[in-house]
Amino acid sequence: MKHSQIYPHAFSKLFVGIALAGILVACAGNDPEAEQYGANPTLPKPQRGLLPNMTIAEPTPWGDALPKVPQGFTVSTIASDLKVPRQTIVLPNGDILVAEGKGGNAPALKPKDVIAGYIKAKGTTKVKGGDRLTLLRDADGDGVYELKTVFAENLNAPYGLALVDNNLYVANQDALMRFEYREGQTKADGAPAKITDLPSEINHHWTKSLAASADGRFLYVGIGSNSNITERGMVAEADRAMVWEIDAETGAHRPYATGLRNPTALTIQPETGTLWAVVNERDEIGPNLVPDYLTSVKEGAFYGWPYSYWGQNVDERVRPQKPEKVASAIAPDYALGSHVAALGVDFSEASMGEEFADGVFVGQHGSWNRKNPVGYKVVFVPFSNGRPAGEPIDFVTGFRDENGKTRGRPVGVTVDPKGALIVADDLANVIWRVVRTGQ
Amino acid sequence: MTVGSGRTLHPIHGALLAGTIPLFLGGALSDYAYSVSYQIQWANFASWLIAGALVFGALALLCSIIHVIRSPHRGGLVIIYPLFLLATWILGFINSLVHAKDAWASMPTGFTLSIIVFLLACISTWIGFAKFGVGGAR
Repeated sequence: MKHSQIYPHAFSKLFVGIALAGILVACAGNDPEAEQYGANPTLPKPQRGLLPNMTIAEPTPWGDALPKVPQGFTVSTIASDLKVPRQTIVLPNGDILVAEGKGGNAPALKPKDVIAGYIKAKGTTKVKGGDRLTLLRDADGDGVYELKTVFAENLNAPYGLALVDNNLYVANQDALMRFEYREGQTKADGAPAKITDLPSEINHHWTKSLAASADGRFLYVGIGSNSNITERGMVAEADRAMVWEIDAETGAHRPYATGLRNPTALTIQPETGTLWAVVNERDEIGPNLVPDYLTSVKEGAFYGWPYSYWGQNVDERVRPQKPEKVASAIAPDYALGSHVAALGVDFSEASMGEEFADGVFVGQHGSWNRKNPVGYKVVFVPFSNGRPAGEPIDFVTGFRDENGKTRGRPVGVTVDPKGALIVADDLANVIWRVVRTGQ
Repeated sequence: MTVGSGRTLHPIHGALLAGTIPLFLGGALSDYAYSVSYQIQWANFASWLIAGALVFGALALLCSIIHVIRSPHRGGLVIIYPLFLLATWILGFINSLVHAKDAWASMPTGFTLSIIVFLLACISTWIGFAKFGVGGAR
């Protein structure tokens, strides 16, 4: 089973009705807006009413509408009718590979899981995950990707992608795989070889993000926690909420950094070779807690989950507590805002133009645990001297329409060296390409 | 016979009413087990037991309202019985929302509420059985 299982139960039907009514009441309040960007975000006190705030933006088709992009850029769809596209990479010859899939097999443990699962599913696509890689090719360079073909199929919720020389690495939800890749290839030669199994029990957060070290010797895999905040028990959290460093030759692994609740995308900073990640933080302690973040990943560091957040702010929901772990927790580099659900990150380059040359693009899938939705856009975080510097700049917006309905939800972002940003949209099931046109 | 003039509780009404006691009690005991062991499965058990008690309680409440409507007397315990059941159910529902919080966030409020709701269920059942009897046994 790849989908969230929802156990039909006599009680659950009754509960859905009652809870839906209750949630409408709970959503009547307002979220105070908080500035939560940068190294020192404002952190209010944790709060939670009888019901968590939930706002699920109802999906609506794009129609003739297009996302909004900055002046000097245009946007178009380069592939549609995909099966839940998540992450992309641009190959050396300009071809684009798209990982399509939807994983996780976390059972509902409480009546609450049945209800919340039902409600959250209303904000996502009904399409079944493709479990495949699709290749897109624009042979004549006119910006139209005329070839759309299945590169590999029968994968298991593939997500993270990385290319090192002629090794194409794919992080399935349960294993790291390798394909032999020759430039120009449009279909994989055969089934991939397994480098190593990845933690996949329950897979509450199933996405396995991936990046390769600059020299290609190591692969980094982000493994999300198996719960929001340990409500599936501590045993389920073995080998979770961490980044593994995997030897590409032997498949041997070790924890590289821990306490990262859900490291949904990884990338290597080109000048320094440093590993960076975007991480989704915990829910249900208020509209402005806890900020999702962008951070350089320090080897051996502990980033707090589950015992504390943003450094050493203790989360009272975790028992038993571990003061000694809290004491060792470090704060991440840059807050992106609470509940924005950052799912994509990539470093920019000079071809994106002066304003957007130095920094990272971040794809934000958008919130559910908030009255006023946030995220649902791609932002650019400017860098200076190799560190984030300044407020995020909206780069691709318009994913929600003026009536508050959702047209699309950005996931992976990849910079095309030709001067374009590739954005996967897993609600509309399309790939957007934002191209720099100059002045 | 001073109350109900022979209107006793239907056996199904009685079974539903009595069913709230072991279910709410199970919830309270599971809460206790969670609070001393930190084993999350106890919190899951508590959530479902309370959900089950609410289903039984809602049906018993419905029966009690029908009982009032069909009763020739509308005063005293005939009215107080469904009011106690209603109070039990409302507090039980609040308790189920508290139990829907993740991990230890449901504690210690959840345990306290579970005990109160269990006691309310006992009182409701006591009034129901003691005053009206079951299946014409009185």
